[in-house]
Amino acid sequence: MVKWNRVLIFFLIVILMGVLMGTTTQYILKRITLGLDLKGGFEILYQVVPENGQKVTKDLLTQTSQVLDRRISALGVAEPKIDIEGQDRIRVQLAGVTDQTAARRMLATEANLTFRNEAGEILLKGADLKEGSAKVVFDEMGRPLVTIKLNDAKKFEELTRQYFNRPIAIYLDENMITNPVVRSVITNGEATISQGTVEEAKELAGLLNAGALPVTLNELSSNSVGASLGQLAMKKAIFAGYIATAIIFLFMILVYRLPGVIAVITLVTYIYLTLLFMVLIGATLTLPGIAAFILGVGMAVDANIITYERIKDEIRSGKTLLSSFRAGSRRSFWTIFDANLTTVIAGAVLFIFGTSAIKGFAVILILGIVISMITAVGLSRLLLNLIVRSNWLNKPFYYGVKESEISEL
Amino acid sequence: MSYNPFYYKWDFVKRRKLYFVISGVLLLIGILSVVIRGFNLGVDFSSGTRVDVLIGKPFVDEEVINISKEIGLTPDSVRSAGEGASTTAVLRYKGTITKEQFAELSQAYQAKYGEGTTLSESSISSEIGKELAKKAVYSVLIASIGIIIYITIRFEYRFAIAAVAALLHDVVMMVGFFSLFQIEIDTTFIVALLTIVGYSINDTIVTFDRIRENMKRMKMKTIEDLEELVNASIRQTLVRSINTVLTVLIASTALMIFGGEGIRIFSLALTVGLVFGVYSSIFIASQLWLVWKEQDFKKKKVRPALQND
Repeated sequence: MVKWNRVLIFFLIVILMGVLMGTTTQYILKRITLGLDLKGGFEILYQVVPENGQKVTKDLLTQTSQVLDRRISALGVAEPKIDIEGQDRIRVQLAGVTDQTAARRMLATEANLTFRNEAGEILLKGADLKEGSAKVVFDEMGRPLVTIKLNDAKKFEELTRQYFNRPIAIYLDENMITNPVVRSVITNGEATISQGTVEEAKELAGLLNAGALPVTLNELSSNSVGASLGQLAMKKAIFAGYIATAIIFLFMILVYRLPGVIAVITLVTYIYLTLLFMVLIGATLTLPGIAAFILGVGMAVDANIITYERIKDEIRSGKTLLSSFRAGSRRSFWTIFDANLTTVIAGAVLFIFGTSAIKGFAVILILGIVISMITAVGLSRLLLNLIVRSNWLNKPFYYGVKESEISEL
Repeated sequence: MSYNPFYYKWDFVKRRKLYFVISGVLLLIGILSVVIRGFNLGVDFSSGTRVDVLIGKPFVDEEVINISKEIGLTPDSVRSAGEGASTTAVLRYKGTITKEQFAELSQAYQAKYGEGTTLSESSISSEIGKELAKKAVYSVLIASIGIIIYITIRFEYRFAIAAVAALLHDVVMMVGFFSLFQIEIDTTFIVALLTIVGYSINDTIVTFDRIRENMKRMKMKTIEDLEELVNASIRQTLVRSINTVLTVLIASTALMIFGGEGIRIFSLALTVGLVFGVYSSIFIASQLWLVWKEQDFKKKKVRPALQND
């Protein structure tokens, strides 16, 4: 006798999940952080070389990152990614940046501002500047100027008195940006630097406000992807994903029939959950990440296949459907567990030893395995359990077994 | 009547020497190729020079390449960066470029794309790629040790060593394949390699799991019994082994065909690895275990006093 209440529960669960996923997927998709290779942008890996033989410390790296972050904000880039890698490296990712030359100049300049006399002696240093005081203003002629405030107005007053009618040059690193002659004694501690264009003025003010870099940055590698190129790569990969998923679905339903349909339901859930967790843990989706994700779909059905093949074995041995399902689920569990755990071991090694791109891949790989244990083992069992116990569709045919293959007990 | 599909007549262990020879020859070809021909290393692994040509409008890749070729410099890759007025062709060259060559390049591009075309040159270090490769080798070794330890705990050391041997077999095959056909290796190849390390072991475990299970039910008196055990286990898990790989192969093949240039090397490497992976888990891993177990079996027969398991 068919127990329709179980069939009803089955459909209720499936419909409920369908509604939940259908209504929230768009929201989740919008919140996935796309990597540089998909969004387009510019990436530089720097090696940090401290001055005068200092050692690279965690503090120094953090400090450098902070300066870089402030400078990037001055560039007007939203959500820059600055990662400290290894012992002495900093990776800067700027999504959406197109002017690489400006970005490079802005990032790697040490930005040591110095005031020097004719003999090249340093009179004032960057440290004498008031933090965040650089501003862009315009003179009467509408020319841009950068004004800076000095910590010690008295000291500046004395300097201007001492160098009255003589030039004081202002240097950014080893480049002289201006060499004005002191025409009056300045008492308010404010100095102005004339600039050619508004952009140059803004850049200089940004650099000065962000502070000087405590280190020299050597560019180790750089990478740039055009926004349209990244979009195209993503479109293609997603298209490949659709095709792969469609064929896998078809394959599962044709080969495993009723359990195959359940596998499709669990796979859709798998895809949904993986995307959800990627948003929750704030993982960045990169091109290898998409590949890992699509691959994960292929791997996630493994647990289903292992279980369903096992159930088929049990049905063939002459057991009833219910005991075949029980034995099949129980016996396949440790096989699946062992097989997946070895993959997790490899994934963990990747995560520990990999660079940022590989780390991202490893995270998605491990995440995929954990989620597939939930969907392909847990959810699949729950749903199959309801159907098996309902006595609905209980012919061996529905499980991909021919009557002739079943041996007599 | 009972279940008796066509492949239940197949003997997977009788010709094990043949499989070992086939694998041995392929491995040898692969290793020789690596030693003699080396790899077609992509820009990630080779140091060189990078030239940014600020063109300021869309350009045709071939055109940019040809102009460079006329001067006698063949770029390794051309990429477009930036948009609109900042559209830049990023060219990568192996080796260094002299000042004269750079000047020639500038002239040629300015002649083609106008006076406003500016070029900048920077050298790229191969350090990052090399470091990645080094890390990958360590990762494979450490992952192998981790897997050996885990399988030894859950199964036994013979299974562990045989599984890892099959795994390294797949890795060397992939590396050899890419060397033999001189397919460009980039960092995604390494990612694919490490994926195979994680994945290809799955099918081996499924078969070993069945061997272990059958071992409890079957009496092992003769070597023939042992062979039959392995044969039966492979047959019983054959559909499973093939179907699980098939679904992943569907994914990797779709990525290879439709996934675009950026992940082509990655998906090709995966596909190659998966094919060797399923081959090794059906024809190599269990057979290695069998040969080892048989030796122990013979020893035990001769000196029963030394029996220890």
